[in-house]
Amino acid sequence: MAKKSQTEKLCSLEEAISRFVPDGVSVAMGLQLESMIPFAAGHEIIRQDKRDLTLIGPISDILFDQIIGAGCAKKVVAAWVGNVMMGSAYNFRRAIEDGIPRCLEIADHTNFTIALALHAAALGVPFLPTYTAGGSSLFSRNHGLAEFEAPFTGEKMGAVRAISPDVTIVQAQRADAFGNAHVWGNLGASPDAARAAKHVIVVAEEIVEPKVIASDPNRTVIPGFLVSAIAEVPFGAHPSPVQGFYNRDNECYREYHKATKTRQEFETWLHDWVTGVKDRKEFLQRLGEDRVNSLKVRKHAWSARADFGN
Amino acid sequence: MDYTLSELMVATAAREIHDGDVVFVGMRLPLIAYVVAKNTHAPQAVGVFENGVLRSTPARELLFTMSDGPNITGALSCLSMLECMALLQQGRVSLGFLGAAEVDRHGNLNSTEVQDSSGKMVRLPGSGGACDIAALSKRFVALLDHQKFRLPEKVHYITSPGYGPWRDSGRLKEGGPAAVITTKAVLRFSPQGEAYLHSYHPGTTVEDVVANTGWPLEVSPEARETKPPTKQELRVIRNYDPKGFWTK
Repeated sequence: MAKKSQTEKLCSLEEAISRFVPDGVSVAMGLQLESMIPFAAGHEIIRQDKRDLTLIGPISDILFDQIIGAGCAKKVVAAWVGNVMMGSAYNFRRAIEDGIPRCLEIADHTNFTIALALHAAALGVPFLPTYTAGGSSLFSRNHGLAEFEAPFTGEKMGAVRAISPDVTIVQAQRADAFGNAHVWGNLGASPDAARAAKHVIVVAEEIVEPKVIASDPNRTVIPGFLVSAIAEVPFGAHPSPVQGFYNRDNECYREYHKATKTRQEFETWLHDWVTGVKDRKEFLQRLGEDRVNSLKVRKHAWSARADFGN
Repeated sequence: MDYTLSELMVATAAREIHDGDVVFVGMRLPLIAYVVAKNTHAPQAVGVFENGVLRSTPARELLFTMSDGPNITGALSCLSMLECMALLQQGRVSLGFLGAAEVDRHGNLNSTEVQDSSGKMVRLPGSGGACDIAALSKRFVALLDHQKFRLPEKVHYITSPGYGPWRDSGRLKEGGPAAVITTKAVLRFSPQGEAYLHSYHPGTTVEDVVANTGWPLEVSPEARETKPPTKQELRVIRNYDPKGFWTK
């Protein structure tokens, strides 16, 4: 692979999505479960009207629902699609049940099997064995799961086929211009999804000097040489939380639940918050300064310094 | 009654946690059950959250999801999802909680798709980690809104495995459902893996529970009223969820 220069990697989110998320690709995102979901990236995908995407992620908490409702997805590979706090996701239901706005294929996983599928790809092997899902109906509907007789022990086990996303979008607290990214808090399936992907887009709350990243290498979850593009987008994960930056905007999930029960209501919501908005900056203006400020960290909890000296 | 049904269910779920248990906590009411158990009878319990968080102390504020800021601050460890699932698969998780839309006679759970009264398919969110918890924890406890159509003789889709031939040998033999806590009752399971009525909640009767179950439910000769929440349990619940978002 050709060496990419620093300037090529650091770009706007608009450019990152435009270059690395063409129509028809598979995109892994929302990999840390309910936190650090790259909503700004998802909204940019919708604004650029991408088509026929395959969405990959364990639970996605309303992000996939929005992309599905916008008609950008043809398939979802997931363990759970809904609104964690409120329950059902209505666009997902409309798409599966009635083909609105278009038919949606689904490969049902469990959180463990999707983590294993990404881990297999990250290890460079075609599948991994597991005991989970034994006795379940998942094998009958998901072609990425199969039963087999294990070597050495002869027992019946599940095999989970590797998943290599065309592109993985990861939200990070901070990164340098080379794409080396610090992530802290729960990691979910992010590290594996980044290693499993052909391209990685990092969306960071802030871009810092390389020496900041190098000062704490255990926190570098994504090494920059795997990264194709990096964009600085403050509040890029809102309404999901980013530890040390902002809290979850619970009200937003409640409002979304109420505002998307019908297709018509969803179309209004989509215009008000995504397609009728230029970028994340304008989105935050629409949200209002008071609301944005109310989400910021109320009480800092710094970690102790670690001595990397020798 | 000077407590809500959700408070009763939280307290009942909390009592399933033994001191020293490694608990796969899950979402919603079990998030609070873990807090209650930690603050009452199970101070040594450890919480495992599938997003990658281990906690030996309950979060200091109400959680709406397991990845909320307060669940990360002061955590025992922040790992990947795979590392938490590995604990489960190794057999190190003694108890797991999960919710479902349907539970059948043998404790099999469906949270993937159901039919409405007109026969139309209704798509539900899916497994999440529920299938993993059901398959791999040593015991699991399911929470359910008790309505007849939610307790069919046999679920048509098994999202999360209860009892069946897969529990006869191998890794899954080590686990299975311990209890189903519904809005009316607590069901437990015979050695043959069939659900029976263990206790009925105050305000309901054995007849009401049986009439609202989709198969002829066995009733334990020792079936009794579910023990209401204690003052101490209620104090913890209300202190933690003062506005009653989960426990109203």
